[in-house]
Amino acid sequence: MSWLLANLDMVLSLTLDHIWLSVVPIVLGFLLAVPIGAIANRYHLVRGTLVTASGILYAVPSLALFVLLPSIIGTQILDPLNVIIALTLYAVALMVRTTADALADVEPDVIQSAKAMGYSTWGRLVRVELPLSGPVLLAGMRVVAVSTVSLVSVGALIGVNSLGYLFIDGFQRNFPLEILVGIIGTVVIALVFDGLLVLMGRFLLPWSRITRTNGRLIVVQDDPVVINP
Amino acid sequence: MIEFRSVTKQFPDGTRAVDSLSLVIPSRKTTVLVGSSGSGKTTILRMINRMVDPTSGVVEIDGDDIAGKEPVKLRRGIGYVMQNSGLLPHRKVIDNIATVLYLTGVARGRARGRALELMDTVGLDRAFADRYPSQLSGGQQQRVGVARGLAVDPNILLMDEPFGAVDPIVRSELQQELLRLQRELGKTVVFVTHDIDEAFLLGDQIAILKTGGEIAQLGTPTEILSNPADDFVSSFVGTDRGARALHLAPGRFGNLVIDGTGRPAGILVNESPTEGPSWPGQTRGPSTDGR
Repeated sequence: MSWLLANLDMVLSLTLDHIWLSVVPIVLGFLLAVPIGAIANRYHLVRGTLVTASGILYAVPSLALFVLLPSIIGTQILDPLNVIIALTLYAVALMVRTTADALADVEPDVIQSAKAMGYSTWGRLVRVELPLSGPVLLAGMRVVAVSTVSLVSVGALIGVNSLGYLFIDGFQRNFPLEILVGIIGTVVIALVFDGLLVLMGRFLLPWSRITRTNGRLIVVQDDPVVINP
Repeated sequence: MIEFRSVTKQFPDGTRAVDSLSLVIPSRKTTVLVGSSGSGKTTILRMINRMVDPTSGVVEIDGDDIAGKEPVKLRRGIGYVMQNSGLLPHRKVIDNIATVLYLTGVARGRARGRALELMDTVGLDRAFADRYPSQLSGGQQQRVGVARGLAVDPNILLMDEPFGAVDPIVRSELQQELLRLQRELGKTVVFVTHDIDEAFLLGDQIAILKTGGEIAQLGTPTEILSNPADDFVSSFVGTDRGARALHLAPGRFGNLVIDGTGRPAGILVNESPTEGPSWPGQTRGPSTDGR
């Protein structure tokens, strides 16, 4: 414990680095993946290519990507940008398929009806198809968030500071407490991110909770009403 | 008035859903397109709001070729009600009804006020306004669908098997409600169904469709029942099986009307009908009667 108190400043600063290095790829990954996923869903010719390419991208080991990126895009070897770009690519890799699948699963009846109401193609995507994909996108983002928080630690191996530094330092000094602090810190960050995403979901997708919690039978004004199956 | 002039629709896979169809749909009347699946009835309906574009031929609304109209704008001016309501699950009832009003740029407050009025029109308690569609029964959802279709007070209302997925009691309720609405509003309604009894109940004009969108007979219910054009029509409306060959049998409270299968269809009374489409008599066939 005294080690933690003595090094509190360093741990906090590493935690902030860790959060920063995770948030940027999570947000960027989402913003990039949704349009790509939408394109994949709309144009069946490119769907296979985009979905497969993003799948393969995820198979590239993170350490290899961190080390390769400087020679590909010309960044400095110690630049945190390498980690941010690499993790953004992973987030995109996970979310492209999720987005394409989520959009493809939107009820055809609802799409037809939105079309008949007079939504333009763009309006339908933004106001109907994406919101209805919300619950699936949210589930995908929860995976992305946790996986990104955990992958940030690997960046410590190439000298980009995060809570991962505590693993390396603790391992080299044979000091388990430091490793433990690193692990707990990482898990707490992941849990907080996950919780924030769930909260955002409750706020942005109130309808999905009602459908789920009420099941098939609900009470409306004292009359039992059977929901249409 | 909606007019189809030798309209053909061939889908990319080669099927001809509609083959040189010519049809006039009069204004302020209910025209029912009835036929079994594959008869192209939904395709015909969707050519009116350009959800489907004809391969050849012309569709006109009040003398204007709709091929020259912007589809999105055209659709916003035509009411559309479909099976399973097609409501947006992520929007509250009130916002579902106001959808087209929002799309056409009506201010939010005014659109919501109008939506509440429409809930009264279709017989929905305003207490449902803030619920989501999944919290409503099938019949209530269908009422929301009708209210949404009426939101911009369109001249034309397209209805694609709107009552196909609700149970018989609710269906009959919704049918009566539609008759009432139509008496009050006088829209040009184009109604698609596979249920001939529903067609007879709701239609001022009925088009019985064969496979490939060919019209087997076009006429009022009376004309079709009294003078079926061919064997297909007879079989479709049931006159060939004697299902509609009604006869009288004395009963305890008056004359029972018995259908061709020997089942009682109703009781003959002397007053003439006071509402609904013109009918040759008081009996309406087995499944729409019962009152």
